Amino acid sequence: MRRVLIRTALGVALLLAIYGLGFGVEAGLTEYVQRIVLLAGVNIILAVGLNLINGTTGQFSIGHAGFMAVGAYGAAFVGTTIAPGLHGLLGTGAVPDAVIFNLALLAGALLAGISGLIVGMPSLRLRGDYLAVVTLGFGEIIRILFNNATFLGAATGYFGDDPSGLPAYTNFFWVYAWVATIVVLIHNLTFSQTGRSLIAIREDEIAAEAMATPTTRLKVTAFAISAATAGIAGGLFAHMQAGVRPEDFRFEKSIDMVVMIIVGGLGSISGAVLGGIFVAVSLEVMRDLQQYRLVLYALLLVVIMLVRPQGLLGNRELYQLARKPKPTARVEGM
Amino acid sequence: MRILRRTLIFGLGAAALSTGVGCKKRTTDAAAAAESASATEIVIGHYASMTGSTAHFGQDTDRGVRMALEEANAKGGVLGKKLRLVTLDDRGDSAEAANAVNRLIDVEKVSAVIGEVASSLSLAGGRVAQRRQKPMISPTSTNPKVTEVGDFIFRVCFIDPFQGKVMATFARQNLKLDKVAILKDVKNDYSIGLSDAFRASFTAMGGSIVAEQAYSQNDTDFSAQVTAIRGSGAQAIFVPGYYSEVGSIARTAQRLGLKIPLLGGDGWDSPDLFKIGGDAINGSYFSDHFAPDVATDKAKQFVSNFTAKYGQPPTGLGALGYEAAEVLVDAIGRAASTDGKAIRDAIAQTNGFEGVTGKITMDAQRNPLKSAVVLKVEGGKAKFETSIAP
Amino acid sequence: MTQFLQQIINGLSLGSIYALIALGYTMVYGILKLINFAHGEVFMVGAYTGYYAAGALGIAAFEARHQSFPLYLAVIVLIAAMAAAALLGVLVELFAYRPVRNAPRLTPLITAIGMSLFLQNAAMLVFSPNPQRYPAILSEVRFEFFGVIVTNIKLTIFVVALTLMLGLHLFVQRTWTGRAMRALSFNIDAAKLMGIDTNSVIRATFAVGSALAAAGGILFGLDQITINPLMGVLTGLKAFVAAVLGGIGSIPGAVVGGLLIGLAEQLTAGYLSPEYRDAITFLILILILLLKPEGLLGVVRVEKV
Repeated sequence: MRRVLIRTALGVALLLAIYGLGFGVEAGLTEYVQRIVLLAGVNIILAVGLNLINGTTGQFSIGHAGFMAVGAYGAAFVGTTIAPGLHGLLGTGAVPDAVIFNLALLAGALLAGISGLIVGMPSLRLRGDYLAVVTLGFGEIIRILFNNATFLGAATGYFGDDPSGLPAYTNFFWVYAWVATIVVLIHNLTFSQTGRSLIAIREDEIAAEAMATPTTRLKVTAFAISAATAGIAGGLFAHMQAGVRPEDFRFEKSIDMVVMIIVGGLGSISGAVLGGIFVAVSLEVMRDLQQYRLVLYALLLVVIMLVRPQGLLGNRELYQLARKPKPTARVEGM
Repeated sequence: MRILRRTLIFGLGAAALSTGVGCKKRTTDAAAAAESASATEIVIGHYASMTGSTAHFGQDTDRGVRMALEEANAKGGVLGKKLRLVTLDDRGDSAEAANAVNRLIDVEKVSAVIGEVASSLSLAGGRVAQRRQKPMISPTSTNPKVTEVGDFIFRVCFIDPFQGKVMATFARQNLKLDKVAILKDVKNDYSIGLSDAFRASFTAMGGSIVAEQAYSQNDTDFSAQVTAIRGSGAQAIFVPGYYSEVGSIARTAQRLGLKIPLLGGDGWDSPDLFKIGGDAINGSYFSDHFAPDVATDKAKQFVSNFTAKYGQPPTGLGALGYEAAEVLVDAIGRAASTDGKAIRDAIAQTNGFEGVTGKITMDAQRNPLKSAVVLKVEGGKAKFETSIAP
Repeated sequence: MTQFLQQIINGLSLGSIYALIALGYTMVYGILKLINFAHGEVFMVGAYTGYYAAGALGIAAFEARHQSFPLYLAVIVLIAAMAAAALLGVLVELFAYRPVRNAPRLTPLITAIGMSLFLQNAAMLVFSPNPQRYPAILSEVRFEFFGVIVTNIKLTIFVVALTLMLGLHLFVQRTWTGRAMRALSFNIDAAKLMGIDTNSVIRATFAVGSALAAAGGILFGLDQITINPLMGVLTGLKAFVAAVLGGIGSIPGAVVGGLLIGLAEQLTAGYLSPEYRDAITFLILILILLLKPEGLLGVVRVEKV
């Protein structure tokens, strides 16, 4: 009982701290820097979620932009649809907006989670790079579907009912409140018994199965959770943009997510957090390089893999820096 | 639990730290930039896809913008100050487009913004410009929604419904066609917008659309679509795409023995159309802003200067980029100020401005009123066919 | 009926290009268990090398005089492109794959994606992002049979693709290097113990696969009229799907897979919906991996514990 109380108090304190920090950010930073801070937050959610699949469970998704797209479109569409009704019920102002926004985010996450389930159930019978290619294929199919969905604006994208685009609900507080929630949830999951089973799957799937670990069910669950977090990130992203367009969820976006988790270190939550920030900041810092920016970005990816394939932290967390990284078994077979 | 808290605090701390560091540097940069800006120069921002799958469009437009500002500087600049162009790449991504516009305003301290080619990216960047009260002129975003974002957003190109109607009228009344097929680029909102407008106008005038086929930007194989159209009995194909694909489509049609004209819009305007299409594109028609053979002296001068500077004639995108920059410079001159609102009012009052692509008058929706011409392709050149007023 | 036959012809010619590219994927995957994502870019570079080689051999003058490009020069263009692509393939292997050959499986996958992005963006800088019209290395002659149009270009594509594939088959079955390749794909460690210089065999595999992709690139340019720096992305993915469909590691499988993917794509575009022509490829990939992961002509491999 006491533990629950302490945890709740800690949670509330954290949210209050984020709320307070939000004022500082809005007062002290230019809109340009604020946007990068928000994007970094969205990236952290994406990275931490993807890390559950690619890092902890040892599966490999290179099509997560598809789930982000489902979340973004889902949240934008649901938000736009329920807004008039809820505004009628609750009036206008910050509180009804917050209700609408979070309902929309959850709806987006739910849709993304369901699509994760649909993709995951058949594909997770595959391993390694075959799975990677299937997720890539699904990501592309999802993008092509949105590209042809006329009720969602097809190639132009979905901009809601208002001519100035979707409501700009996303702010520092909501992004980082969700970052905190998701990081805590994923952290607790990873260090729970289920998390140990996921790691067992990564280390040796056949051995894990022999130990009566329900590998397929666990993998599918992890996949759905990961897709749902990508959906939250998509919803937050949609509401900091004027609208959602299919071209923003190309294969490159999935690669950006992979870069985030390998820079920080596969299997490390704090590494994923650092990686998310790294991608948001580095793409902006390199902007002065103009046409050379993406050449350098790609080269950076290769060099990191050659020089430090385990990433900044390896599979350790930041607070475990003192200990040596655990060796990961080499994944064999198909 | 302690562990968890520490992680979280560290993560958030790292986030705050990294952005705080970035911010400190930025503000000093910005202060320095602002200081020099106010004294001797006016900064104009351009955001475009300089990389990625639409890089050729962004780079084409940027050439036009750059040339217009250089020419204005050669004539002594505006308000006694030189103009400086800052181009930022958005790699065809809307998050980056919004970032770029914010950066142009906060870091580069621009007085006005030019951009983007794609309507969906202009919507993303336009919302930022509108909220920050900086005037923005899109050179080539044809979706009507773009300028509906707000009163700071302008364009210098046609809107989709207008151009679609022009070609439908031309097909129905001048060419007396009954059956037309549509081949559109589904990854390109410009192409979809034009197709929708063309279909609506053409069927309203009693014609029928006998086949509707699609491709995606950067596709190179069109044989399936052309084969399907070949069996439909169409008398012409409306292909409202960009030159790069249209040339290939014409060659594919020729190769498959389909001898009917193609119809299109200003996306065709590029020397590459003739280079890629060769003799297959002869006998086709497209709508555009001006006809090179009966152009004004100003337009002819522009084409020859552009060719001298970049080694090849301008594309439609280059011309519109040039025009957007010219309209902006003219407005800054009339506003006699670099204040966002003053420039906006001056752009809104643009009336009969002699641009390279025609006389421009801004209407109340911040769209230019200008007439279109229909060009016919003959022997590797586009020739004036007829003029259609708005 | 005419239309159907026409779509089949179009599909077969596109499919034979996929097949040529798929061979590179299947050979590399068979030996290293690596999806060489940069293979699509090697194909692109091959096409561009052909473009510049033809330019250097004065194709513009022939085109201006409406003369056809001499066959011996066309062969030189083909050889130049194949050589350049082979070199690029070997370099990619040397710098991006060899250092991580013993790392966990996902590491080389990421370096492969990185190389692919790097080559795409570098190509945009070097070749310009504008699509280029492919020079008429072969001047086009059209034949018509009952309304179905076949060009000499399509015929050449079949002939060149089949010849190269037959050559590859003989190479793999009859030469010492070919036998070593098969040994490596069977068991790389055992092959090493048998005294095979695995590095040089892997190098040869990359060289051969890349050269075939370059040939595919030139045929692609001839068939599709334009080339652009991103042409390798989707084409590469589709060729990879073709390799998986046919059974990864199997050379006849890659050929069958390529032709099937080409046909499926054309028929979808022609009869179902051209919007979904790319989606169909991925759908096929997903279905084949779920129903018959070893592919149509592949061999079932039992997983070792």
